[in-house]
Amino acid sequence: MKKIIYLDNAATTRTAPEVVDAMLPYFTENYGNPSSIYGFASANKEVIARQRETIADVLGAKANEIYFTAGGTESDNWALTATAEAYGAKGKHIITSRIEHHAVLHTCAYLEKRGYEVTYLDVDENGLVDPRKVEEAIRPDTILISIMAANNEIGTIQPIREIGEIAHTHGVLFHTDAVQAFAQIPINVDECHIDMLSASGHKLNGPKGIGFLYIRKGVKIRSFIHGGAQERKRRAGTENVPGIAGLGKAVELAAATMEERAAKETELRDYAISRIEKEIPYCRLNGDRVKRLPNNINFSFRFIEGESMLIKLDFKGICASSGSACTSGSLDPSHVLLAIGLPHEIAHGSLRMTLGADTTKEDIDYTVDCLKEIVEEIRSMSPLYEDFIKKQ
Amino acid sequence: MYTEKVMDHFQHPRNVGEIENPSGVGTVGNAKCGDIMRIYLDIDENQIIRDVKFKTFGCGAAIATSSMATELVKGKNIQEAMQVTNKAVMEALDGLPPVKVHCSLLAEEAIHAALWDYAEKNGIKIEGLEKPKSDIHEGEEEEEEDY
Repeated sequence: MKKIIYLDNAATTRTAPEVVDAMLPYFTENYGNPSSIYGFASANKEVIARQRETIADVLGAKANEIYFTAGGTESDNWALTATAEAYGAKGKHIITSRIEHHAVLHTCAYLEKRGYEVTYLDVDENGLVDPRKVEEAIRPDTILISIMAANNEIGTIQPIREIGEIAHTHGVLFHTDAVQAFAQIPINVDECHIDMLSASGHKLNGPKGIGFLYIRKGVKIRSFIHGGAQERKRRAGTENVPGIAGLGKAVELAAATMEERAAKETELRDYAISRIEKEIPYCRLNGDRVKRLPNNINFSFRFIEGESMLIKLDFKGICASSGSACTSGSLDPSHVLLAIGLPHEIAHGSLRMTLGADTTKEDIDYTVDCLKEIVEEIRSMSPLYEDFIKKQ
Repeated sequence: MYTEKVMDHFQHPRNVGEIENPSGVGTVGNAKCGDIMRIYLDIDENQIIRDVKFKTFGCGAAIATSSMATELVKGKNIQEAMQVTNKAVMEALDGLPPVKVHCSLLAEEAIHAALWDYAEKNGIKIEGLEKPKSDIHEGEEEEEEDY
């Protein structure tokens, strides 16, 4: 098999071998149901409690504030719908941003059809939410502010501490989708006044199908999945024990290596950005240059379309993603790229590369070398480029 | 997701380029939806398509359908070229994923637009040829929302 250069770590990551090792016993030996009485199941209860603690520690939270879910999407759905229900008597207004993940945006649309009102805040050209605009949007009937910690496409890190403070001052709940940010950048739920936080295992070298929702003690929240008494009666269903064991291990590893990883990735990221900007004309870096996830690179290349770029990169063994319509299954390009003000045709030509712990400088050099050729090749076929050159 | 033929035409597109002083040129699609196709035709006095070139801004399927469409009309007379429908292009490529069918429509439309330009320049009428729409997505139904 030819070498794969995997630059799509914001989509998902390789499950770390240590994580797999941590999970295996809970498939093979300790398969008991944690709700059972006999001693055989106790190892399962024990690992759940321990990993709840591990995760809580990283966030500066208490263990009983961590609720395991099937992943980031469920956590977002739960946080929004259950809060809307539980606080519906106080008001029916929610504030969010235009660049949230669809797990949040589509849940908001669902709530709008059920009588809730949602304010979608604009972002600036770098994808930043202005905390002053958050404050201005607050009304007496506002019950929830949901702003992501960092954007999945363009990597922009939001001022969640300022937003949390504003929410706290006005007595409004604050939820943050931290699927991309958790264990990549430091987040403390108390310092940022976060009431709810969503995260997922598979974005940090953990397994797929597991995540959690942090819910601050005292927040009224209804259960979303009904059934048994698991997760303090708030999230029914037999616990995904191997998943929890793996998630806990992944969080432990990610937290321990966060600083070192961020330094290494930031250096590689900025190296890639500077090479691309120097060597490929008519490109634009999407997202904030500084307030940016260490592993995120997102460029738009004018006159070309993203899918063709991805296929050609794939021929070279490089895995990346694009915000073009063709990759989204609809005719519209990424809502995030449109929200930062890119015209459609430029949004179609976007490329996201997200680094991982294993990415090397050689990988970046090879990728940029290939990218240069590919962009030139596709441009030579583009009627938009032809028109542009003729006008010059 | 693509057939071998689509990948072949995407990787090795036939007839990419421009024709100087073309007999007809047509550009269709829109950048908003992510596809623009331009086709250049060189048509001789016997109304035979001597040469054809294309330039396309779009996905893999858009490039492959442009390439295949140019192959199918090359050497044909203009009446035969009118028979190169989106279905013919799709069949020649061994099919397209459902979300990419519009790319083959665009290819048909681009050929028609270039033929229309040729007909107008020469003051002739080509049977069955209608003035091309500039935007193939016009009138397309909005996706249904379901929550």
